[in-house]
Amino acid sequence: MALTGVQIFKLLPKTNCKKCGFPTCLAFAMALAQAKVDLAKCPDVSEEAKKTLGEASAPPIRTFNLGTGEKAVKMGGETVLFRHDKKFFNPCALAVNIKDNSSDDELVKIATGVVSSEMDRVGQKLRVDAISVEYASGNVSQYEKAVKLVAEKAPDAALILNCKDAAAAESAVKAVAARKPLLYGAAAENAEAMAAIAKTHGVPLCACAQGLDALSALTEKLQGLGINDLVLDSGAKTAKEIIEHNTQIRRSALKKGFKPLGFPILNCVIRDGSAFEAAVATVSIAKYASIVVLSSIEKWKDLALFTLRQNIYTDPQVPMQVEQKIYKIGEPSAASPLMITTNFSLTYFIVSGEVENSKVPSRLAVMDSEGLSVLTAWAAGKFTAAKIAQFIKDSGIESEITHKELIIPGQVAILSGALEDKLEGWKIVVGPREANAIPTFLKTRAS
Amino acid sequence: MAYVVPKESYNGKVLNVDFGKGDKALVIGGENALPFLSFEGELPNRPVIACEIQDTPPTDWPETVRNVYKDVSGDPVTWAKYCQNDLKAKAIALRLVSTHPDRDNRSAEDAAKTIKDVLSAINVPLIILGSNHIEKDASVLVAAAEAASGYNCIIGKAQEGNYKTIVAAALAHNHKLIAMSELDINLAKQLNILITQMGFDKEKLITDPMCSALGYGLEYTYSVMERIRLAGLMQNDATMQPPILGDVGMYVWKVKETVASEADVAEWGPLEERGTAWEALTATAMLIAGTNLLIMRHPKAISIVEKTIAELT
Ligand code: B12
Ligand code: SF4
Repeated sequence: MALTGVQIFKLLPKTNCKKCGFPTCLAFAMALAQAKVDLAKCPDVSEEAKKTLGEASAPPIRTFNLGTGEKAVKMGGETVLFRHDKKFFNPCALAVNIKDNSSDDELVKIATGVVSSEMDRVGQKLRVDAISVEYASGNVSQYEKAVKLVAEKAPDAALILNCKDAAAAESAVKAVAARKPLLYGAAAENAEAMAAIAKTHGVPLCACAQGLDALSALTEKLQGLGINDLVLDSGAKTAKEIIEHNTQIRRSALKKGFKPLGFPILNCVIRDGSAFEAAVATVSIAKYASIVVLSSIEKWKDLALFTLRQNIYTDPQVPMQVEQKIYKIGEPSAASPLMITTNFSLTYFIVSGEVENSKVPSRLAVMDSEGLSVLTAWAAGKFTAAKIAQFIKDSGIESEITHKELIIPGQVAILSGALEDKLEGWKIVVGPREANAIPTFLKTRAS
Repeated sequence: MAYVVPKESYNGKVLNVDFGKGDKALVIGGENALPFLSFEGELPNRPVIACEIQDTPPTDWPETVRNVYKDVSGDPVTWAKYCQNDLKAKAIALRLVSTHPDRDNRSAEDAAKTIKDVLSAINVPLIILGSNHIEKDASVLVAAAEAASGYNCIIGKAQEGNYKTIVAAALAHNHKLIAMSELDINLAKQLNILITQMGFDKEKLITDPMCSALGYGLEYTYSVMERIRLAGLMQNDATMQPPILGDVGMYVWKVKETVASEADVAEWGPLEERGTAWEALTATAMLIAGTNLLIMRHPKAISIVEKTIAELT
């Protein structure tokens, strides 16, 4: 657990030599407590102090990656129980499970499904992150073959080796060690063997136990065997167990500084019925899972789960925003329409998407309104006639286009009179209320 | 290191609110722990899902959900009976949209008659909702409350701009009341205070902090609900202890993901699955944040959420 400034001070040399750049050891200690400086700035600190402070400053939930490369997923590192307290940092990975005794066609289909799952939403690229290959065949070489096939067809996906048999795990890990697969996993019976494999190949290991007592004992044992990159599976099956176990794990790590549970969580939510499975996954995503294992991926389900994950993990203090400027959509000429909206990411991406759909080359003026939606910004006095007029004048757009017509969102139709007064010579056109009516609106005007 | 279950101790408790009458009456609330955490408190009543109907054919609902009701939605009584008898709805929420001045502008008397007809055709509890027009609701909900006298309904929504007359009507006819504010914990608290200052019992209130759909502000509703729950339980803030409503259907069944056909957005997959999942996931997130009462539209989405509630309790 974090130490206070005074506790840290007691561990320092107390010479006030100023080599750290602070006037006193106490001042340095205070800065350390707020994580504003690095301990290494004090050249005289003792080995013992380094060790104590190092342990105390380790994050309460260990942080490491699932997978490798650009698309690796960062797990752990969370600092709060409720997103409104600060934010949740590392969006959970979504994984799909497939049995190794599925046909090659099915294995390839899952792998390519993961590869093509990527979607753009509100400017973020979202995807299914991982494939879990389950050892169901009982045949070591078949397992290795299936793992290799999936790995080859999905070269960027993270891999989870869902296998409790040491011999099969060993051969599969060896085959894809460079991909740093998550070995899933170690239970009380096979802890030594699995730890040895994980250690030899430098891969993370999932500890699997029934209940949090047994799980804590298991992770202590695994740490004793030299494994630090651990993932937790508490054996939670029902939605009730998922929310209760995950809450207890997160609380133990954050509020009690309980190290044996200070690791990312994996939930397996496989159910009959894909939509039901998605609903249970919702519980996991909202409440603290770092990896959610599903039985199937479908476009509609991916879209819904990606969106939910994005919602839960957005920063509650700062709405997602885009840069204030006049965006060109298609290749607008000087006579193309000019529209205006706010810089809330969601608003911008919905509106620009619909303008694109219209195939009418256009300009979209995006005005800084502190990341608020059209009506919210209007209600908060950030999307007013005066501000819009100022923005349009300052933008220099008048010299770029041959007309003086500005299309405003239908929801703020009320602004049109005042805008015409403030923007001399301009004609204000009220657009539709909802963005999905924009294509018809633009096409009708163009024809 | 031995593992010790990290229990929270809560000072407060969510209030119990009952609605309906006879053996179909329901109770929501009553928990003294955060949602579904049975290891540290009592969670006596499971969340309730009410099936939404309206007093005029749902021409403004997208096809996916409109089609389900196409044979019954021509009249609210048939529609209500279908929800109760065929879909086994535990409660029905009747929205009086036709009273909206921009719709059919039907009168308060018309609304009162619809309410009477529906109430005499069903025995599950009824939630009566206005058209969300501040001025019109003030007269429509007064007439509706009177028409439903003796049925222990939930009526709503009372908002800052119209709560006085609606509160008085709920008080006079002994109904429960939904108080709605706009996504802000302080506004929710203030409205509850104003309403109880009129002599309305806080044990008859339901808070609607305003819903938003998955992908369209869900995170705001989610966090406001979590904060309301924490204030009620941890700080024992009595004004933050009424059960919470999630009016999911009306916010979900208008966003693009529930409306756009697969032909238009091939990368989003089939519309029916997408739409029902959108409603089911929005509702599930609301439950996790603290919702006690959900209003939903699609029977498939409702049954998925019922199954999830069964697994959560
Ligand atoms: C989430 C939300 C918030 C969030 C802010 C989110 C954000 N980043 O903007 C929070 C909680 C902070 C908030 C605060 C407030 N809010 Co608010 N909020 C909402 C809510 C629920 C959703 C808004 C949203 O995200 N919409 C989605 C985006 C994409 O919509 P949009 O920007 O309007 O874009 C659409 C259209 O306008 C159109 N469009 C956009 N641009 C263009 C351009 C052209 C050319 C065209 C043709 C079309 C077009 O396309 C889009 C899709 O169809 C709405 C109610 C609702 N359900 O709609 C209330 C709402 C907007 N809020 C409202 C209010 C009053 C407020 C507050 C003033 C009061 C309060 N609660 O404290 C504050 C002000 C904030 C401040 N002072 O900083 C009111 C506004 C009422 C009014 N008519 O004036 C609303 C309508 C609630 C209500 N009364 O029902 N809010
Ligand atoms: S360098 Fe070390 S010993 Fe010197 S003042 Fe700073 S903290 Fe104290």
